[in-house]
Amino acid sequence: MTKHASNEPFFWILFSAGGMMAAIFIPIHLFLFGVAFPLTWLKAPSYDQLMSLARLPLVRVYLFVLCSLPLFHWAHRFRYTLYDGLKVKHLNELIFALCYGGAAVGMIIAAYLLWNIG
Amino acid sequence: MPGMSATKQQTIRPAPAYTEFHPRWYRPKVSVHWWLGEWHYLKFILRELSSVFVAWFVVETLLLIDALRGGPQTYAHFLRTMQNPVMIIVNIISLFFVVFHTITWFNLAPSATPIRLGGKRLPDVMVSAPAYVAWAVVSGFICWMVLR
Amino acid sequence: MADKIVLEIARYSPESDHEPHFESYEVPVRREWVVLDALNHIKDTVDGSLTYRWSCRMGICGSCGMMVNGEPKLTCATFLSSYARNGNKVRVEPLRYFPIVRDLVTELGGFVSKLKKAKPWLIRSDERPLSQGEYLQTPEQLDRYKQFSMCINCTLCYAACPVVGLDPIFIGPAALALAQRYNMDSRDQGSAERTAVLAHPDGVWGCTFVGECTRVCPKHVDPAGAIQQYKIAAVIDWLKSFVTPRGRDARHVSNQAAND
Repeated sequence: MTKHASNEPFFWILFSAGGMMAAIFIPIHLFLFGVAFPLTWLKAPSYDQLMSLARLPLVRVYLFVLCSLPLFHWAHRFRYTLYDGLKVKHLNELIFALCYGGAAVGMIIAAYLLWNIG
Repeated sequence: MPGMSATKQQTIRPAPAYTEFHPRWYRPKVSVHWWLGEWHYLKFILRELSSVFVAWFVVETLLLIDALRGGPQTYAHFLRTMQNPVMIIVNIISLFFVVFHTITWFNLAPSATPIRLGGKRLPDVMVSAPAYVAWAVVSGFICWMVLR
Repeated sequence: MADKIVLEIARYSPESDHEPHFESYEVPVRREWVVLDALNHIKDTVDGSLTYRWSCRMGICGSCGMMVNGEPKLTCATFLSSYARNGNKVRVEPLRYFPIVRDLVTELGGFVSKLKKAKPWLIRSDERPLSQGEYLQTPEQLDRYKQFSMCINCTLCYAACPVVGLDPIFIGPAALALAQRYNMDSRDQGSAERTAVLAHPDGVWGCTFVGECTRVCPKHVDPAGAIQQYKIAAVIDWLKSFVTPRGRDARHVSNQAAND
């Protein structure tokens, strides 16, 4: 445990930033694409509309952050939920690797997809 | 020995020399179902599990971006998949948990970041209110960007 | 309102019991009686062997904390009438997550040693001689930490915190809140010394902001808030440690202290 004594602030910063990002930006995205468009409460944007948005550099950076920071928020929170909720703290190296590793994989996928979105 | 049975993991230890002035303490065990025992604990675990739905949103968004890269047909296919009743139910539940995250996050933030003005600490609501306003403004802006 | 109420009290006698069991006692309900009055009544008139801690009976000494119907409470501040009104029984148990010595008495040695780790006293790097007079403090400087100074060490927060129950080494709410109380005291110069011990996975980083500690605190200390503020201060210290050479040494000291 002590080798993480000085690294914990780094993960906590990611957790906090991801949590704030998720809190402010995710609900509306999820509402639009997950509920409003499928239920046709609002008209979904056409391919051309959405693609012209998605090609903008600023939008791609935004989407990258939107798909990365919240993953690290999940990683940190889920790691502690496994420690406390399932009392598996003895597996902490494995949990650490799966959680932050998973988040890192997601971030890399996001970077790859957004780098040349088309 | 009373109270000390050997299990596969433990060896039988000789009884400690409990004295009149150091009696045997009883050490209660915390069950792995501790979080089901109280509504406050359950609410806490649900709040923590909201992070899973946050991660699910990211997965969905990556799938959307991938669909966009594939062209108009894959995008249309993505939209159709989102209309599957199972997906809609999953996303409504996700939306509930994501909003639960937002509300608990904004309501807890003031105790972590007390703001002092003029020698006094600002009431919590004055710290969380701007966050709600920012949420509304950002949501409106994104709607406008996506729907115009 | 009923004139009698039943108390189910956890009894544990280390000489003869392997684990606690409950015994029921019927107690008269007086309008102004608290649970502590009921316990005293039982000890005086029914069963003199009932063992529990109490002292001031006015909510300032922190001795009489117990679980009342599953909630950590000061029994001197919990009125019987609110339970009698609903026709409920009152279940009294020792505070959760502590070893039990006898009946309702918990073993607090672990808590005291955790408290000491937080160094809850003024630490000065330069002691001023008495001739220079007192350390002066404005009302605003006092206001910064006053809420956290109200802690009476009753350990209700430890009984409420699930992390305390799951991780016996976790330092716990009161110790961390008191550390923050001293860190925010303008007269104190010891925050680096405390951070060496507390910015640690079993210190501040073990807390997941459940918030139960704040909910049950009888003195409205808000330990959860204190801990989150401490986390932010620890993060700033950690970031500074990459920039300042003194900070770099502090990080090495912190790793050293954590290894001890």
